[in-house]
Amino acid sequence: MTHGNGTRGIFGSAIKRREDPKLITGRAKYTDDLQLPGMAYAAILRSPFAHARIRHIDTSQALALEGVLAVFTAQDVEEAGIPGVVPVGWLLPTLKTPAHPILAKDRVRYVGDAVAVVVAEDRYTAHDALEAIQVDYEPLAAVADVRQAVEPGAPAVHEEAPDNVAFTWEIGDREGTDTAFQQAAHVAKLDIVNNRLIPNAMEPRAALADFDPATGELTLYMTTQNPHIHRLLMSLASIGLPEHKIRVVAPEVGGGFGSKIHHYVDEAIVSFASMKLGRPVKWTATRTETYQTDAHGRDHVTTAEMAIDGEGKILGVRVNTYAAMGAYLSTFAPAVPTYLYGTLLSGEYDIPHIYCHVTGVFTHTTPVDAYRGAGRPEATLVIERLVDECAHLAGMDPVELRRRNFVPPDKFPYQTQVALVYDSGNYEAALEKALEKVDYQQFRREQEEARRQGRYLGIGFSTYIEACGLAPSALVGQLGAQAGQWESAVVRVHPTGKVTVYSGSSGHGQGHETTFAQIVAAELGVPYEDVEIVEGDTEAIPHGWGTYGSRSAAVGGSAIATAARRVVDKAKKIAAHLLEAAEEDIVFEDGKFYVKGSPDQAKTLAEVSLQAYLAHNLPKGLEPALEATAFYDPANFVFPFGTHVAIVEVDPETGQVELKRYVAVDDVGNVINPLIVDGQIHGGIAQGVGQALYEGAVYDESGNLVTGTMLDYAVPKAHFLPAFETDRTVTPCPHNPLGVKGVGEAGTIASTAAVVNAVVDALRPFGVTHLNPPVTAEKVWKAIHGA
Amino acid sequence: MGVPIQLEVNGQTVRQEVEPRLLLVHFLRDVLGLTGTKIGCDTSQCGACTVLMDGHAVKSCTVLAVQADGSSITTIEGLAQDGKYHPVQEAFWEAHGLQCGYCTPGMILSVVDLLESHPSPSEAEIREGLEGNLCRCTGYHNIVRAVQIAAEAMGK
Ligand code: FES
Ligand code: FES
Repeated sequence: MTHGNGTRGIFGSAIKRREDPKLITGRAKYTDDLQLPGMAYAAILRSPFAHARIRHIDTSQALALEGVLAVFTAQDVEEAGIPGVVPVGWLLPTLKTPAHPILAKDRVRYVGDAVAVVVAEDRYTAHDALEAIQVDYEPLAAVADVRQAVEPGAPAVHEEAPDNVAFTWEIGDREGTDTAFQQAAHVAKLDIVNNRLIPNAMEPRAALADFDPATGELTLYMTTQNPHIHRLLMSLASIGLPEHKIRVVAPEVGGGFGSKIHHYVDEAIVSFASMKLGRPVKWTATRTETYQTDAHGRDHVTTAEMAIDGEGKILGVRVNTYAAMGAYLSTFAPAVPTYLYGTLLSGEYDIPHIYCHVTGVFTHTTPVDAYRGAGRPEATLVIERLVDECAHLAGMDPVELRRRNFVPPDKFPYQTQVALVYDSGNYEAALEKALEKVDYQQFRREQEEARRQGRYLGIGFSTYIEACGLAPSALVGQLGAQAGQWESAVVRVHPTGKVTVYSGSSGHGQGHETTFAQIVAAELGVPYEDVEIVEGDTEAIPHGWGTYGSRSAAVGGSAIATAARRVVDKAKKIAAHLLEAAEEDIVFEDGKFYVKGSPDQAKTLAEVSLQAYLAHNLPKGLEPALEATAFYDPANFVFPFGTHVAIVEVDPETGQVELKRYVAVDDVGNVINPLIVDGQIHGGIAQGVGQALYEGAVYDESGNLVTGTMLDYAVPKAHFLPAFETDRTVTPCPHNPLGVKGVGEAGTIASTAAVVNAVVDALRPFGVTHLNPPVTAEKVWKAIHGA
Repeated sequence: MGVPIQLEVNGQTVRQEVEPRLLLVHFLRDVLGLTGTKIGCDTSQCGACTVLMDGHAVKSCTVLAVQADGSSITTIEGLAQDGKYHPVQEAFWEAHGLQCGYCTPGMILSVVDLLESHPSPSEAEIREGLEGNLCRCTGYHNIVRAVQIAAEAMGK
């Protein structure tokens, strides 16, 4: 593989990932692969009812089984005197915060709510024992639907919120928007459902807790995207051990997509069990459990309107959304349909008036929280559907209407009406590239021709923007976050010039070991092979906030670059001293320090580092050793954008939608490794297409999860999807040291809207104006046949 | 009450007494410590547990350990020979056909079997052929490329 021109060319180079050898040989160790001496197995008993009172729990028969070590219930948690609740980490002014106990006390509130835990000598016995626990439930009325939950008389999920309203929230200018609508030539109005999704990381959640009674220390290996957040919340809220007595380790983690951000009851339950027994205890979710308990995504019901004038200029956007929270507030749940959603409703457009109102709603369902894109795919679907509908009403081409409303390249930084300041962008450039790739005019001709033959082709656009790289800490603090959003890095140059980097990011498939090493090799001018990346261990790494919200390159990578530059600054001082020159006269190039004009008398970084550690001859006042720490707090979000185009063919006989082509032109700023960036886009598109065409969590009237297994919930398979055609424009981020943005969520944020728009475009001849995802064959057929 | 079984795993003879209900996947992972084989579901949908049994891909969560008596099993740990990766492993690395790696062992072994029966598959055949293996990370784009690269390398 090419390393470009020397180590500096390594930034931007498509090298193969260094994490792959352990993954393709089966040597990588995920949480469930770990075995500790004396380890016992836990299984968790979960409520089969969406809502019930627990009258009595009888564990005696389970305890009598051979190999069962213990069964714990809420009573044991209470008697142990630990706090025993999982907290919510994002507060809103009107938010109701009912407690979420780690084991349900007298009421269960969703199918999957944890009721008891069995610990046994082996997995099979632990699962057998679940069936021997007798719980006397009194079933109560339940409500699973977000709109029904706020109807008068709906069963209340929590006493603290008798109307099931968890919060109300608004952003924008209500009156100004209402006035703007009065000037409209056309108003598009759509009822849009963002369907509930199940994340489906292929590795189920797992936790292995190892409490040592002799030292009072708890080591917790777990499927986490952010070990330090888990440690903090375990210390503050669920377990109550002092923070320095908890070590959280993320071994290999098999995907997350948001679902491994949150602090679930399960890791607290196994930790509690290990503390009680003084033995390591491992729990691994079955897939059925992950369906019931991994925080779900989306589940919005929205009424959305867009007003345009006679020229197709957008005058205003008005949105009213009901967003499900599920039965309890998951860690960052309140932020998702508010600050990650309402703030995105300007899209790529210069919109003078926007107003958005959101009602967060408790339902007797699995909690809802961040899932890939988190709020931004929902906003994109709303805006991009409205734009298409406006174009239709005005008799304009949807591409033309978009063009007329783009924030033009010379208008940055651009202040939207919903709080964000877009730092940079060139939306038209990405659009043009995408149009060229699909040959738009030609497609429209083919579409017309096909229609004459009774074939229905459709093209859908999503000219999307996202705000990611979370985020300036003071800002998110003002908005309610109970967390900072900076990131840490330690760059340690060893005496021999080899480098170890400790990052507060915590990858789980993104290839950080490769890309972060590329950053450091480029900054320090050392061979890529000489750089090691360490992540995912609270004992090794200064506090960090982890990997989600497409923040690892933009925030974590910036922290690393900042620390690396500090290392160079210090090394320069030492080099100047060794070369008997003034620091200002020292040039640093390709890993070497020399006096301006004398490159042949250079000191390598390794030579300087050795001197830094020997400390025999350092400049006066300079401390020994060569390492630097950075805590990088970003100045703003980053704003990736682009144009995604889907081309579909709909079979009017069966309603079947075939995704024929998918073109994505993304601008994620400077690219560290094109291979990895493309991979992130592909995976993101697949998940967004999943939302558009296949996936949807369904509850029945009594709150049972009907789509409770992989048989009933359609995770896209290889033959559901086409090859993806990707391309890029590059508008570097102006406010971070690497000019990078984020890429993890872009594909998902863009793609649902593109595909839904394409299907509606195909069905225009049938008078269809809107379809809610998942756009299944059945829905399409009914739309065509007016059923 | 163990049942004695004897089988070959990655070229080594294994004799063991197992509970009749023990799944092959748990036998490999928990008894033999071969944790490269993964578990991703409880309804035999995901394919993370795929191993080769007498040369054919099987989902080891659907096979009892006792049913594997007398068979020859290859897990991901046994695929590389003499320190050299199998062409399918190489191709997955080359094409960035994996991200989190969780589906990868099962995916690779399914592809080995697929290329055995279809040495030069079309893209559609590849996609159909991977029907039993789910990947949530890659969108399959680079997995398909990896299969194409492997097919080409193995055809030479
Ligand atoms: S574990 Fe999913 S198919 Fe075997
Ligand atoms: S690489 Fe993560 S599931 Fe396939």
